[in-house]
Amino acid sequence: MLTESSDAVDGVPVRYAARPTSTSDVADVLRHTAAENLAVVARGSGSKLSWGRPPERADVLLDLSGLTGIVDHAAGDLVLRVRAGTPMSTVVDTLAPAGQRLALATRLAGQRGPLGGTVGGTIAANPPGPLRYAYGMVRDLLIGVTVVRADGAVAHSGGAVVKNVAGYDLGKLLCGSLGTLGIVTEAVFRLHPTPESTAVVAKTVGSGDEATRLAVAIRHSQVAPSGVELNWTGSGGTIAVLVEGVAGGIEARTDALVGLLGGDAEITALPDWWHEPVAGNTILRAAVAPTGLGALLDAMPDSAVARGCAGLGTVHIGLINPSADLIVTLRKVAQAHDGTVWVEQAPAAVRQAVDSFGPVPALSLMRRVKRQFDPDRRLSPGRFVGGI
Amino acid sequence: MTPRLSAVGQTLRDRLGAQRIVDDPTELETYACDGLANIRVRPGLVVLAENAADVAAAVGACADAGVPFVARGSGTGLSGGALPHAEGVLIVTARMRKIVAVDPDDGCAVVQPGVINLDVTRAAAPYGLHYAPDPSSQQICSIGGNVAENSGGAHCLKYGFTAHHVTGCSVVTPDGEQVRLGGRAAEYPGYDLLGAFIGSEGTLGITTEVTVRLTRDAESVRTLLAGFESTDDAGAAVSAIIGDGVVPAAIEMMDALAIEAAEAAVGCGYPAGAGAVLVVEIDGPLAEVEHTFAAVQEHCRACGAFEIRVAADDNERTLIWRGRKSAFAAVGRISPNYIVQDGVIPRTALPEVLRAMTELSAASGVRVANVFHAGDGNLHPLVLFDGRVEGAEERAEEVSGAILDLCIAHGGSITGEHGVGVDKAKHMPRMFTDDDLDTMQLVRCAFDPAGICNPGKVFPTPRLCGEVPRVHHAEETTPAEIF
Ligand SMILES: Cc1cc2nc3c(=O)[nH]c(=O)nc-3n(C[C@H](O)[C@H](O)[C@H](O)COP(=O)(O)OP(=O)(O)OC[C@H]3O[C@@H](n4cnc5c(N)ncnc54)[C@H](O)[C@@H]3O)c2cc1C
Ligand SMILES: Cc1cc2nc3c(=O)[nH]c(=O)nc-3n(C[C@H](O)[C@H](O)[C@H](O)COP(=O)(O)OP(=O)(O)OC[C@H]3O[C@@H](n4cnc5c(N)ncnc54)[C@H](O)[C@@H]3O)c2cc1C
Repeated sequence: MLTESSDAVDGVPVRYAARPTSTSDVADVLRHTAAENLAVVARGSGSKLSWGRPPERADVLLDLSGLTGIVDHAAGDLVLRVRAGTPMSTVVDTLAPAGQRLALATRLAGQRGPLGGTVGGTIAANPPGPLRYAYGMVRDLLIGVTVVRADGAVAHSGGAVVKNVAGYDLGKLLCGSLGTLGIVTEAVFRLHPTPESTAVVAKTVGSGDEATRLAVAIRHSQVAPSGVELNWTGSGGTIAVLVEGVAGGIEARTDALVGLLGGDAEITALPDWWHEPVAGNTILRAAVAPTGLGALLDAMPDSAVARGCAGLGTVHIGLINPSADLIVTLRKVAQAHDGTVWVEQAPAAVRQAVDSFGPVPALSLMRRVKRQFDPDRRLSPGRFVGGI
Repeated sequence: MTPRLSAVGQTLRDRLGAQRIVDDPTELETYACDGLANIRVRPGLVVLAENAADVAAAVGACADAGVPFVARGSGTGLSGGALPHAEGVLIVTARMRKIVAVDPDDGCAVVQPGVINLDVTRAAAPYGLHYAPDPSSQQICSIGGNVAENSGGAHCLKYGFTAHHVTGCSVVTPDGEQVRLGGRAAEYPGYDLLGAFIGSEGTLGITTEVTVRLTRDAESVRTLLAGFESTDDAGAAVSAIIGDGVVPAAIEMMDALAIEAAEAAVGCGYPAGAGAVLVVEIDGPLAEVEHTFAAVQEHCRACGAFEIRVAADDNERTLIWRGRKSAFAAVGRISPNYIVQDGVIPRTALPEVLRAMTELSAASGVRVANVFHAGDGNLHPLVLFDGRVEGAEERAEEVSGAILDLCIAHGGSITGEHGVGVDKAKHMPRMFTDDDLDTMQLVRCAFDPAGICNPGKVFPTPRLCGEVPRVHHAEETTPAEIF
């Protein structure tokens, strides 16, 4: 079940590895590790093992890359059941011929940005995609989940129907939990039809205030975009709006948008930065009330880059060796707009100088949830908010 | 009244004033049930909360004394979620009706939990915005109840449920503490406790303030009514529309019996002789809607619609919806009693399940009227009976239960929007294993270790929260925040 390993997780050495290929395999491993008091860190494709804080210990690396496969694509019901180790690219390739998509995992014509990772890693890391403006995050599309608990028990919640209020929604709790609550082995997603036609309108913006104003104008318009993305470099940037729909309807909407944005707004190809990760050795994630985004952008140093959803007030900020003071300052600006800034990825020196997550409301309740699910702290201990 | 409960009553009279406390037996009786009127329990005591501090005081007093409590909004729930506890406190949030803020630029509103669903939309209307989740009870149900039930409505096919439109809740936890889950921003670090709280049917605490997302009113809305010979044909049209990549704002179906009832009640003038009707609504940008709406009509015709009526204006649109919206109550015209069932199936199983239901009805002699959200497979069979006939209610209950079996057998759910409450707790093991239910209850134990918050709901057997090792984890610390 376990083999010796000299691997490491975010610099923390691993003793054993396991590569289960079924939910019951995962349950076996977790029962065993529970009996032996071994800490377990899950790995999908391993692309985001440095998100959050390094685990305190990582005795067993649970490699889920063998737990793959589409279990069921119910095209007529727009529902997909898939195993957790399945690459997101497989999901895209499976759905495309049926004219459907998982609104998280889309590859638009011209897009270079990430589509890596596995289904389970995407749920646990909860990365925001550009379509979130219209379709939300993982939590909004995940309708059912199978999870193996720290003690090896297997549990399901939700199901394979879009509408369902029977029991608690464990899927939402697992989204963004960075492997600290349970191991996801299977997921059921709600799908959407792939739109017939797509167009992008882009405009340069000269200030944070202008970016906010345009995002508000779009919110109040009838354009109904799928994405309202911002690329910010230093003291200015570009706003790019994705419009999707039927071929016959799209022109009227993009024309309206060009008029609404004014200035140099024009219909363009998908910009090359669309869904590209920001550069920098430190990546911050920020979310504020939408009208607070301008203030946050204006507080950033000229060397910073930011990318994300201007429409919702969520961005990734890329920096190189930022001071703790800078992070704390940005955090304060965000807090003034009912949001916060947290460290997604950073060199050890930065992570030691500043709390990665900052003050988290309801932290004590989160601790209580963790203690119920994993009382011995064996699932990625120390990785999450408040050292959970 | 138990000594503990009377002590809680005394404490709360002192702290909140006697006028917020109801203890007169006749008055208490008016709170004995919610929309599921056949199950009644007179509450031990009722607290009429005016603000979050009142709620915290009431919950705190209950927690100190180990007395159970139940939240209640408008009391329109259909699963007995707000059914009181005989030796407990019913905390009513219906008076907390302030709309704290409407902020069109952030696209949100902040409201107290007693605010009526439709009033949020009314407050947002001047800005061309609305609150998307629209349960049929939207003129009377409260936002707090909506949060607890994760309520949806006819338009959630396209727009989603309460969980997709609430970004923050202030909550009094079962130990009396006030916490804030979420806020105006789209996400926050940490576990998504808000996501767990929404839809937890009042078992994880009481919400005292809710931040909701507001949705832009669509530029154009087109509505049609299509008459079909049979539910099979109507079901085929639903599949054809969805299969074509259309996401309508709503697709609702009514069968012949439901049409008959609606006709008797409101004279909606639906196509004569129809075995089924569909109400299909398309909304969005004008150019988009025109194109899609034409395609929808094509599909209806191709699947055998013998009459299609397109609403020419708002009046005609209201008329089309009137039949659908009145259907539940209208069934009272054709049957003295009925059970409202709520189950979900994958929508591709619609024709098969409807046929099986017809057979079930024929075999048992119990009439079943169907009116439902066809687009997302959420069935609302109305099982008719005459309570004066001996054994009729039991037979109706049996048929109603057999319908849930059909839903489960087709991979569906025992509830799509009305919740589990007390009504369906016994059915939960048909859908979930012991480990599933046990795991869900870990969340409950985290929020409510003493088991005093709406006990007896959702889960057939409560988990003993027991002693999780509460050792202090010295290593569970964070580097100091630098300010
Ligand atoms: C919509 C979208 C947006 C994206 N945006 C970005 C972006 O902005 N920048 C960027 O760099 N990348 C982005 N990506 C890539 C994405 O971040 C990764 O693909 C994904 O988050 C991690 O997948 P992984 O399999 O590599 O996970 P890993 O790196 O292997 O794991 C990530 C975390 O999840 C845990 N984990 C993994 N599998 C499980 C499981 N089955 N159960 C429980 N816990 C588990 C791990 O322990 C770890 O904490 C995006 C992807 C999508 C779909
Ligand atoms: C004619 C009719 C049509 C309906 N149509 C629909 C429909 O289309 N879609 C739908 O989803 N539902 C529908 N319902 C059901 C019902 O209206 C909803 O469940 C609604 O959300 C209940 O709100 P309420 O304020 O009446 O809550 P209540 O019935 O008072 O309570 C419901 C639950 O919420 C809890 N609760 C109440 N307030 C709070 C609070 N502040 N904090 C925490 N928990 C709280 C209660 O404890 C209880 O468990 C319908 C009901 C009727 C009578």
